[in-house]
Amino acid sequence: MGYNDINKLKGKTAVVGLAESGCGIAKGWSAMEIMANSVHDALDDAGIKLSEVDGIFAATAFHSMAAMSLSEYLGVKPKFADGSQIGGSSFLSHILTAAMALDAGLINVAVVAYGSNQKSIGGFKTISEAMPYEAQYEPRMPVTAYALAAKRYMYEFGATREDLANVAVSAREWALLNPRAYTHNDGPLSVNEVLSARPIVDPLGKLDCCLVTDGAAAVVMTRADRAKDTKNTPIYLLGAAMEHHHRMISEMPDLVRTSAIDSGKRAFAMSGYLPKDMNTIQLYDAFTINTLLFLEDLGFCNKGEAINLIKNNNIGPSGNLPVNTNGGGLSCVHPGMYGLFVTIEAIRQLRNSSGDNVGKRLNGGWIPNAKLSVAHGNGGVLSSQVTNIWGVSETI
Amino acid sequence: MPENLTGSIGPEQQFKNYLSEGKFMIQKSKSLNKFFFHPRVAFPGTGERDLEWVEASGNGIVYSTSCNRRLPEKGGDFNISLITLQEGPRMMAKIKGVAPDQVVIGQKVKARISSLKGEPAIIFDIVEG
Repeated sequence: MGYNDINKLKGKTAVVGLAESGCGIAKGWSAMEIMANSVHDALDDAGIKLSEVDGIFAATAFHSMAAMSLSEYLGVKPKFADGSQIGGSSFLSHILTAAMALDAGLINVAVVAYGSNQKSIGGFKTISEAMPYEAQYEPRMPVTAYALAAKRYMYEFGATREDLANVAVSAREWALLNPRAYTHNDGPLSVNEVLSARPIVDPLGKLDCCLVTDGAAAVVMTRADRAKDTKNTPIYLLGAAMEHHHRMISEMPDLVRTSAIDSGKRAFAMSGYLPKDMNTIQLYDAFTINTLLFLEDLGFCNKGEAINLIKNNNIGPSGNLPVNTNGGGLSCVHPGMYGLFVTIEAIRQLRNSSGDNVGKRLNGGWIPNAKLSVAHGNGGVLSSQVTNIWGVSETI
Repeated sequence: MPENLTGSIGPEQQFKNYLSEGKFMIQKSKSLNKFFFHPRVAFPGTGERDLEWVEASGNGIVYSTSCNRRLPEKGGDFNISLITLQEGPRMMAKIKGVAPDQVVIGQKVKARISSLKGEPAIIFDIVEG
């Protein structure tokens, strides 16, 4: 056995149902309640009964043992559960674990879920402990960490705050086409608006930072054989890989090179496809710097070249590279851990082009003939990186 | 390492004790002749346990820097930087004696032991020239 043998997971499992609940503001609802809503809605979407669920995967910033709490709330007695917490990318790693557990025959139907009502109860919520050797300096985590990376990126590649702002501008363009997006009715963003927004941690201003919203999401996974009998179009997991090199930003080996270089390489290798084959690109954009780093680290361009790749709204609806087509964490939704929303957008695009009704978008909001999507998750402070490659059945 | 640790202390407490004595100490592996930070029970990645504490030169270079905005009534803006030490490892710290948004990547800095929230803490000053 070795890294190559893991290729046997390609196309063996699929997401057959998905749902979101309480995105934006869910005042009067608990994190558990909206998470459970999304699970039931995702099962309805799949046409699978709750009683068939035997695998539960969950992480939140509200539950120290999320998989157990969710199982109890749903009344499910899982044969396998995983509540691994590696930050916002947790769910993309849960998907890999669920695929392994399904393929091994430990379970038949897996639910991966998340929920947060942080906005309704006072703002950004984390359960991260204080970091030794950092906490006494009182960094404003996670923003300080991403600001340090952004500053180093600007230094190494001559990037400017305008280059960072271009990311937020394109994300908003997509949100204007997506009625589900929190900023759908807020109008377009200009580079100047991003630059003149309230500074948080230089060089990042408020509009370089993701939204703070409520929101829950769930996906239902099963093996390819069972997937054929579900209500809607199954979207197959073609590749998945994770890697992390640090927990504290002061331990990150190179502030402008993330372990997405490694997770991306292995996920694409498992899938048999290349970055250029992807019809949609969904990246965890907690901050504007993320999109630049991940476009480079996943292989869409060379290191330091993302600032040119994204110019002239090239990652917006009028451009050549459909990146964060829901509006991203910057302009669609960000309840604190965004990974499952990256995943859902990657899959929704493929289901829409397969003829499923996954909601309305304004003209240009859906990518025609999309067959392959990459979903990339980030957790901690540019720490955990998890890449999933999704495809319609003909891509297996 | 004996299983029973009664009467001894771990590297984190040892580091803090040194700081209280006015010493900025970092660990190195004797066989590798390489330093690391933060303090650990073994060399990260390869596991050498032939460790010794050595007083750091205190010389460093700004690897990255940030100005954290804060209301004046809550203490005002403050600096958070990452410093690459002359010995090789990197650490987080504040740079003092200069406006928090005027620190520049690549600047030479020198460590001193100060106090933050009543605890001894390493901070850095810009080295002129």
